[in-house]
This record gives sequence, C-alpha cells and structure tokens, in this order.
Amino acid sequence: MTGVEVSLRGLHRRYGHVVALDGLDLTLAPGELVALLGPSGCGKTTTLRLLAGLEDADGGQVAVGGTDITHVPSNKRDMGMVFQAYSLFPHMTVRDNVAFGLKLRRVGRTERERRAMEMLELVGLTEQAGRYAHQLSGGQQQRVALARALAISPKVLLLDEPLSALDAKVRAQLRDEIRRIQLEVGTTTLFVTHDQEEALAIADRVGVMRDGRIEQLGTPTDIYSRPATSFVAEFVGLTNRLNGMVTGGSVNVRGCVLPLADPATPDGQATVLVRPEAVTVSQSGPITGTVIAVTFLGASSRITVDLGDTTVLAQLPTLDATALPAGSAVTLAIRPDPVLIA
Amino acid sequence: MAAVRGLHARRQRRLNVFRYVVFTVFGLFFLLPLLAMLRFSLEGSTGGSWSLSAWGQIASYAGPPPLLSGVEITLELAVITCLVMLVLLVPTVIWVRLRVRWMTRLIEALCLLPLTIPAIVLVVGLAPIYRVLRQQFSLSALQLFWVYVILALPYAYRALAAGLEGVDVKTLSEAARSLGAGWTTVIWRVIVPNMRQGVLNAMLLTGALVLGEFTIAYLLLYTNLQVALFSVSRGTPNAGVLFSTSSAALLFAFVLLLILSYVGRRRGQSERSKVSK
Repeated sequence: MTGVEVSLRGLHRRYGHVVALDGLDLTLAPGELVALLGPSGCGKTTTLRLLAGLEDADGGQVAVGGTDITHVPSNKRDMGMVFQAYSLFPHMTVRDNVAFGLKLRRVGRTERERRAMEMLELVGLTEQAGRYAHQLSGGQQQRVALARALAISPKVLLLDEPLSALDAKVRAQLRDEIRRIQLEVGTTTLFVTHDQEEALAIADRVGVMRDGRIEQLGTPTDIYSRPATSFVAEFVGLTNRLNGMVTGGSVNVRGCVLPLADPATPDGQATVLVRPEAVTVSQSGPITGTVIAVTFLGASSRITVDLGDTTVLAQLPTLDATALPAGSAVTLAIRPDPVLIA
Repeated sequence: MAAVRGLHARRQRRLNVFRYVVFTVFGLFFLLPLLAMLRFSLEGSTGGSWSLSAWGQIASYAGPPPLLSGVEITLELAVITCLVMLVLLVPTVIWVRLRVRWMTRLIEALCLLPLTIPAIVLVVGLAPIYRVLRQQFSLSALQLFWVYVILALPYAYRALAAGLEGVDVKTLSEAARSLGAGWTTVIWRVIVPNMRQGVLNAMLLTGALVLGEFTIAYLLLYTNLQVALFSVSRGTPNAGVLFSTSSAALLFAFVLLLILSYVGRRRGQSERSKVSK
C-alpha cells in the first residue's frame, strides 16, 4: 500500500461569526504523517473533518492523489478515520467491526474474514476477535478502531485525537504503535492532537495552528528548536519570558548576549523567549538567584530559580539538579542560541 | 460517625415505608377495578353466585360481525401500524439528533400533539376524508392504520428518543460514513441495532394502543377487536357479557404484549450471553 499526496488549498470554514479556518493551505507528501497541533478552537479538528468530508468547506479545495474531492460525500472518499470518542459499533464483535467496511465494499466473506484477522494481527488483537467493544479496554478499542480504519486500505488515514481518552502509559504505547503501523502500511496520515509531546514524537512534520491558519509547518526538531513565531515558541515546550535590551541584531539578557532569530528586530527593550534547556548552571554565569523548587522529570529535572524580580526555569540532568536543593544559591548562564522576541 | 449512620438508616427506613405505601396505593388503584370487572364477568344469575355463562357467550358468538375477523384485523393493524411508525419515526428521530438538533423541541411538540386532541375531535376531522376515500376506493378496516400511526406518535416518539439517549449517534454514524456506509445503512445497520430496547418499547406501546382502540374504529364504522367485542356484549341481555368481553380484550392485549416483551427480552439476553462467551 503506497500513500497518496493530499492537498488542502485555501480552506475556509465559518460557524456563524466564528472563523474556524481562514484560508488554510497544507500539503501532505505520499506516505507522510503530519500532525496538526494547536490550542482548542484553532481549527485543527475542522481541517480533519473537511478532509474526511464530514463537513463542507465554505471555500477552498481538497485534493487527494491529484483528484479534487471537495464535493465528494464522506462515504465515497476512501478514508479511514479513528475518532477521539470510542467509535466501535457496540452490537458487533471486534471481527465484525473490522470487516464492516469490507462488507460495504461487497468483499466476499472468506476474504473479509482473512483481511479482518490480518488487521487484528497488525494491532495485536487476534485473541479478542470474538469480543464486543464493552469487553475491551480503551486502548484496545482504539487499536480495533485503527484496524477497522486500515482494513479498507484507505487512501488517507485520519486520526482525530485518538489517544486523548487513554491513560499516560497506554497512550505512549499506542502512540508508538500507531507510528509503527503507519510506517508499515505507508498510508498518508493526518494526526490531530493538542498534546505537543505526542505530535513531536509521532510526526514527520508538525503543523502548529492558530486562528484557522498554520502558523508553522516543519519537522519536530524545527518546530521545537527553531520556532518561527513567539506563539509557536510558547505553545510548543516551556519558555521563559525574560526582559532584555536589543542592540544591533543581538539582545542582552541579564548580562548574557544572545543572537536574535530575527536580526531585523528594532533596538530597544524587549521580552525574550528562552527555553529552560538553554539556561545552564555555570560558576561564571552572570545571573545569580536562589533555587525555590526542583521538579523531578526522570532523567532530567527542572529547577525554578528566583531572580528577585522574576523567576526562571532551567532544565538540567537530574544528577546536577540533586546538588541544588531548594534554598541554595545558584549562578546561571544562557546558551547563545538564536532567540525570539515576544 | 455512628449518629450519622443512624440518621442515614432512619432516613432509608422512612423512604422504604414511603415506597411500599405508594406502591400499594397505586397497585390497588389499578387492580381493584380490574378485579371487580373480572368478578362481575363471573357473576351468576343470583346475586353472589358464580358462573361462566358470560364467558361462554363469547365462545359461542357467531356474529355478525365475526369475532375472529375482528381479532385478525386488529393483529394486522398492530403489525402495519408498528411498521409504518418505525419507518417514519426512526429515521426522523435519528436525523433530528444528527443534523437538525435545533428542531428537537418542534418535532417533540408535533409528536405530542395527538395527546392533546380527543379521539372524537380526530374522528370529526377524519370522517369526511374517509368518506370521500370510501366513495373512490374500497377501503378495508386496515386503512385505520393511518389514524393509529398518528395516535401512537407521542408514545412511540418518547420511547425512541429515550432509546437513543445512550447512543453516541454522531460518532457511530461518522465512523460508519467514513467506512463507506450510506445513510440508510447508517440508520438501519448501525444506529437502530443499538437502540433496540427503544424500538421494542415503541412497538409495545403502539401495539397496546392498537389492541385497545375502540372509539375511532367504531365511529368510522370499521370493525376491529374492540368493536367486535362491543357487538358481542350489545347483542345479549346478559349484563355480565359486557364485563367478560372487556376482560377478554384486556387479557388478549396483555398476553400478546407479554409475548412480545418476552421475545424481545429473550433476544436481548441471548445477545448478552453471546457477549459473555
């Protein structure tokens, strides 16, 4: 199964006075997994629903494999979809659920059963084939929903926050599983989520959305390390907001001179966005403060340092952080990565 | 802590007593007239004696109109009314839930409207229509199903709407649509099987209404079971027959609904047992 190109051009969608999509443009390469990330109401689910045909666009074009499908009804689009809510048909067994789309396509019984079992094997649920939805855990239900969506060999796979109802551990497991399966079958996939960790972990490219448009589309590394706008910087990952003085293409933050991501920034006072991992503990650092809290995150820990007029977050290896209990004095420096101005 | 538990226990006891009192009062309210009717149907020729003669007269009644044809027509009417009601109302209820939720109140009000119109008023409105149609076509008593569908609307609508309450209609229908299902498939193969109890309740209520309907059939000059039973009682000087025919009608409807309900429950149980395997 090879993926097809998906192209969304100038999509507009309004709900009364609320603009959900404002001329959205997005192209998914064949076999690519793109995650749409953004706050509630930014239009990410609307984008997915327009692509699925579950809603009509007010303007713009949806094309799959070069064919305009803007006005094709959802049941003729050949798209597999996994929903946020559990969507298995309660009156059917797991096997019947997976075979449902094939039955509608008049696939013979034997082939249908074979394909259903093949898909259940893919998601590791062959043992549960005879069970009903209410006998499965949330994670299992979403796996079956994925198998059901893939059983029809869809042109595009649409995942609408499929992990949001699951607990953290199952969520991480299933996230990895979705990626494995997607790479195995090679279906072009649009994944909608509000969880940045999920988006960054699973996607080939991440589109950060705001007010019905894509603010930045790039690889997870680009999005995190080189955010194009202050919105992206603040939405993806934690960010310190520190005062600084811009002069001649660089900014001085409490004695640390940092290059600007946008050298054309006018001189003057500015709020600078600095990632916690760019803040380092340094004997010779120009910033002095007092540790007020240490948050254990596993391999790394986050310390909150009181600078007198503000606080700053720094992310350190846990081993280093253990030497800095709350109340200890600390000197900090900021790594000279290009920074954004808020 | 113990005081709180004691207070809770006392409140629970009072609640239980209240429940039993309400249950008994309402039980008596419904049962006493029925028992009285049954007793009168077994009244002998002398006061206080017992006799089956009133029941025997039903068995020996030869018409006209024949009792059996009344039973037959009523059963056919019940089936047709149920089917038409389901075909009309199930897609409507689902469509309103899915696409035009703002119309819920309007549809509900429309469906409840027949409750506010007395049967006699309905007949006054319908009689000229039936008269005209009768002049053009030969209309059998089965044509009563049009009126019965209207009469059953309030009960059937409530039952179906309640049956739909626990179903995530939007997600299930969108999932089915994305898999390639047309709207007919979505409604009849995805949503309806999940609101089976609601459908069954709607059918039971509709069936009960048709089995017990007398006024409209009588005034429109058709013979159904109730009209036939009325004819039996009218054609005899034995007052007990009035009660025996009423009891017979009641028993007939009760047994039929019991069977329907039992069959529905059996299907539900067999599905559940399949699930637990």
